[in-house]
Parts: sequence; structure tokens; C-alpha cells
Amino acid sequence: MAELKSKLPYTTAQLEDLFRQLVFIRHFEEKTNFAYRQGKVGGYMHVYIGMEATAIGWNAALRHGYDYVITAYRDHPQPLLMGTDPVHVMAEIMGRSGGTSKGKGGSMHIYDIEKGFFGGWGIVGGHTALGAGLAFAAKYRDEDRVTLCYLGDGAANAGVFFESLNMAALWDLPVIFIIENNKFAMGTRLEYHAADTEMHKRGFPFGMRHERLDGMDLFQVCDDAKRIVETVRKEGKPYLVEAMNYRFAGHGAADNDRQLYRTKEEEDEAMKRDPIALFQAKVLAEGALTKERMAEIDAEQAARVEEIYARADQSPHPDPSEVYEDLYTDMEPEKGH
Amino acid sequence: MAIETTYRDALRTAIIEEMERDEDVFVVGEDIGRYEGTFKVTKGLFPKFGSGRVVDTPICEPGFTGIAIGAAMTGLRPIVEMMTMSFSILAIDQIINHAAKIHYMTGGQAKVPLVIRGPGGAAHQLSAQHSHSLEGWYAHVPGLKVVAPATVEDVYGMFKQAVRDDNPVIFTENPGLYGIKGAIPEDKDFTVPFGQARVAREGKDITLVSYSRMVHVCLGAAEALEKEGVSAEVVDVRSLLPLDTATIYGSVRKTHRAMVVYEDWRSGGFGAEIAARIGEDCFDDLDAPVGRVGGLNVPMPYSRILELECTPNEDDVLAAVRKLG
Repeated sequence: MAELKSKLPYTTAQLEDLFRQLVFIRHFEEKTNFAYRQGKVGGYMHVYIGMEATAIGWNAALRHGYDYVITAYRDHPQPLLMGTDPVHVMAEIMGRSGGTSKGKGGSMHIYDIEKGFFGGWGIVGGHTALGAGLAFAAKYRDEDRVTLCYLGDGAANAGVFFESLNMAALWDLPVIFIIENNKFAMGTRLEYHAADTEMHKRGFPFGMRHERLDGMDLFQVCDDAKRIVETVRKEGKPYLVEAMNYRFAGHGAADNDRQLYRTKEEEDEAMKRDPIALFQAKVLAEGALTKERMAEIDAEQAARVEEIYARADQSPHPDPSEVYEDLYTDMEPEKGH
Repeated sequence: MAIETTYRDALRTAIIEEMERDEDVFVVGEDIGRYEGTFKVTKGLFPKFGSGRVVDTPICEPGFTGIAIGAAMTGLRPIVEMMTMSFSILAIDQIINHAAKIHYMTGGQAKVPLVIRGPGGAAHQLSAQHSHSLEGWYAHVPGLKVVAPATVEDVYGMFKQAVRDDNPVIFTENPGLYGIKGAIPEDKDFTVPFGQARVAREGKDITLVSYSRMVHVCLGAAEALEKEGVSAEVVDVRSLLPLDTATIYGSVRKTHRAMVVYEDWRSGGFGAEIAARIGEDCFDDLDAPVGRVGGLNVPMPYSRILELECTPNEDDVLAAVRKLG
């Protein structure tokens, strides 16, 4: 093991890598916002800005290419962190034939099944049953794969989520439900949508272990995720986590008036815990990385995202004839209007 | 050598043989294991395969259907039993918004080898919430395959085909068929491909087009028509999606008359789709407008007298044929 340069239990290379992921996701998401404003992206698009530490920390605890991950429609960071070609992700967001779903999914429906990323879903709460199903399959095959199933605080009210919790606990499915509590179900504040705002308690009636954890401090997320993923892998039982985070952007790219549901003061307060700033403060205080090195990495990643965007933009739009492809595995659908 | 059996037993045999053939095949649903299934289709499976492969679920159609879909995305081949197809309405978000879209929405990355089966249509005084014929709803949805076998041989061969299919299949069994007798071949790999209609009875004056239990009603009506000097051909559609229009059109072009018979509500049911297609594509071959006989457009009532009033019978078919002229 390389020598540690600070009290933080990470090598310099590991710290650089974590920082690289933080700024990469931030730049990537900002670029998708830019593309949306340019008219290069249509429909609904939801960025992960402000919540980066949650996905990065939990991803770091996984066995890549083995464990399963599924989430809702705020789904850009997971495939990027799991090793999907970022050009394919960007191209999908832009609806191009070089996208992960050849332009048929879009921002809300990114998949990389080979790498264990199962989407990418637009019906709030609906995918939680699929997440339990991924874990069911691991158990059925007697594998020690762990499934991470992300959902939002809004989805935590959906009936199918409670059904999934019940079956996951009843059958000891190795799944970790991560409720990303960013305090808003679209434009409806937590207090207005949940009778009990302590979302982690949704595990209690099912005898499922449950914790409320921080989702903004990357070092804390990494520690918690490692501990819980190891526990679930070893014991083969489900776990419910409430990750407290905050989205700095609107619900979606078309959400232009955040003042309808929250104040500027509240946002400013939340942004004091920007996961990038928290990380930087920590490593600087520990003398683990220098400001200059981090600025270098930031610039590298900004340039990398520009390159990704340019290459994605070169990918052609789908040919109209492709509309019939990939509906069935073994037959073509009927054609014509 | 063919084996004499019933529709229910042929279906059970197909399930058992597919589970023996492929360890990835499992069944999941309410009361299917220890309780042996409401219609006893899964009787005997639990002691044979155990709780790992015969999965008794809580009462939560969206949840367990979603679990089956997730498992299927990893390559397992779940068979979901809906205690009645009416209950699949609860799971329709999982079926339509999820299962049907996955292969397409993933750009072909993921497959969903899933069968959702159960009794669809009127049984015996189960009233309004247990008697739906929903095959037309599902056949409306691109990405699903929908079949409705009418005979013992077809339920056996089409079920095997459904389990081996890499796409989500809605497999509907009219509860009135479970007790009918017939024969299945000894070949454990016998399958009936989807998208092939069957001429159940040859005739030359009119084509009666139907599927599931209504095929038997049409066959009865055809016998009665024979006595009146009318020779009716009966086409058993078997597979709604994909639909074999060639066989239907071939028959209509021979008889020049068509009557579509279905148990679902007459208005907007799948029979209307078949009738529209015959009208569009066989207009010049027709000597009369395409006729339809469907279920009455009311919720299924409890009273046996009223229930029978709702469901098309031989007399309804005969009356419609006579009216067609």
C-alpha cells in the first residue's frame, strides 16, 4: 500500500481520484444544462448538481461489474461512475444514435446492463420493485452481489415502495434502498408530502435496519457506504438508508422558478455544504492535496467534458427507419401509421 | 402417442416440464405454493420444487410483478400467476410502463423473458371485479406478446413457447376452459409458435373469427348453422399480438363473410380491431359488412342469469349471423 501523506485513510492517488469524480460529475451536469439551453437536449432532464457525494461515495463501495445499481430519472452520475463511456451517456441525453439506448431512452433512461447499471426510470417509485427483483435474482442464484436501489424522498411515499420493502425484508434480499432526501418531491417540500419526515423510519415496520446518514460529505459517505455494503454482502439482508442531501439545481431543466417552493436564503445556506467545497476544505486542512493540484484536476475535467460533448454532438441523429428496432428480441412490429 | 388430459393439467404439465428443463424458470404469485393455486393450476409444484422456485407472495401485484421484471432483466425466466387477470390491473404500471418498454428503452441491451398468466374472463358468478377480459388492453401495447389458447394442445404448446420467449408474454386462460378435455403430444419440446392462427373448422359460407373460450361457442354455432344449410369456417386466432392476419384474410376471401366473436366488452375490445382490419384489407372480398358479437357493455353482474346474459353464447352468434344475411 502506498504511503499515506495525511491522517486521511487515502493515498494521494485515491484522493485525487475522488476529487476528479466530484468535479467531473459537476462539469458533466453543467454541460448537459448548457446543451439543454442550446436546444441540443429535449424533454425532461434532471441534473445531480449538489448531490454528487452521495452517488460517488456509494459507488466507491461497490464491486464493479458485479454489483447491481438502479435509480430513478436523476441518473447521469451512476453510469459515469460505473465505467460507461461518457460520450455514450452524453449522446443518449442528446438523443443520438451513438447513445447508450441509441437515442430511444434520453436523459431519464440511461442503461448499461453489462456493467450492472439497470437504469434510469421515469415512474416515481416504480423501479423500487425492479431493484428488489435484481436482489431477488442474486439470492436465487446464490451470489453475493449487492443491489443499490436509489430513490427520492418523493418516491418513498409510493405504495409499490412499501410493497418492495416488505418483500425485501420477508425474503432477505441483499438490497440497499437509498432514499436520497433532497427535501423536495419535485416542487413539494418534505413537510408537505410526508407524514413522517424521517424517511429512514420507513424500514422500521418491516424489521429492516435503517439509518439517516449524511449525503454531502464525501468522506463520511464513503465510510458509511463501505460499512453497509460489506454488512449486506455478508449477511444477505436488506438495509434502508436515508441520505440527506440537497439539489442545487431545480427539479428538472424546465424548472425555472425555484422560488415557488424555496427561498434564496435556504439555497445559500445549503450551498455552504457544497460537497466539492467540503472535500476541498478537508484535504487542505489535512495538507493532503494542494489547491494548485486541485485546480489542475478541475481544469482537466472541464476540458474532458468539453471533449465528451463535442464527440457526442458528432454522433448522428437516429435514422427514421430505426424506429422499429429493438421492440422485440425476435420479430419486427407492424409497420406504418 | 398422445396423452389424454385437461386444459388445467396440460398447463401444469407444461410448467413442471419447463421448470425441470431450465433452472432459471420459477413461479411467483399469491397462494400458488402451499395453497396450490386458486384454480389449482400450480397444484403439486411446491413440494416438488420448494419455496425457492415456487414463491408465495404477499398480496401486492405491483410489487411482485416488479420483482419478476427485475429478475427477468438479469436473465431469470419468471412465471407470474395473477390469481385472476382482473388483479393484473393493479400491476398494469409494472407491465405497461416497465416490462413492455424495457427492450426498446434500453436500445436492445436488456431482455425481459417473463410470462404473466392467469384466468381472464367470466368464471361462475365471480361478479364485477373478478371477471374481466383484459387481453385487448394488453394487445394494445407494443412490446408485449399476448396469447389466448382455446385447446388443450395449444395451452401446452403455447405455454412452453411463452416460457422460452425472450419477451414479456401475457398468457390468458379463460376459466371456463380449465376442465375441457383433449390431448397433448409426448414430445416435451412441443411448442406452438405465436402469430399463427388455426382453422378450427372448415367451411365455405362465413368465417367466424374468435379466440379462447369463444372458439368453442363458435364451433357450437357452426354445428347449428350446418343444419340450416350454412357452412361456417371457424378461425381460432390464438395469438393476438403478434396477429396472423393472413390466415384470417385467407378464410374471409374464401367465405366472403366475417363475424368476429369475443367475450370482452363489445365496444373497443380486440374483436373490434380484427373487424377493422378485415374491413380495411378485405373490403372487395366481402359480400356483407363485418359483423361482431361481444360481451354486453356493463360490469359483470353477480346473478347467474344476468351473467349469462352478458357473455356471448351460441344463440347470440346465430342471431348475428342470420342478421348479417
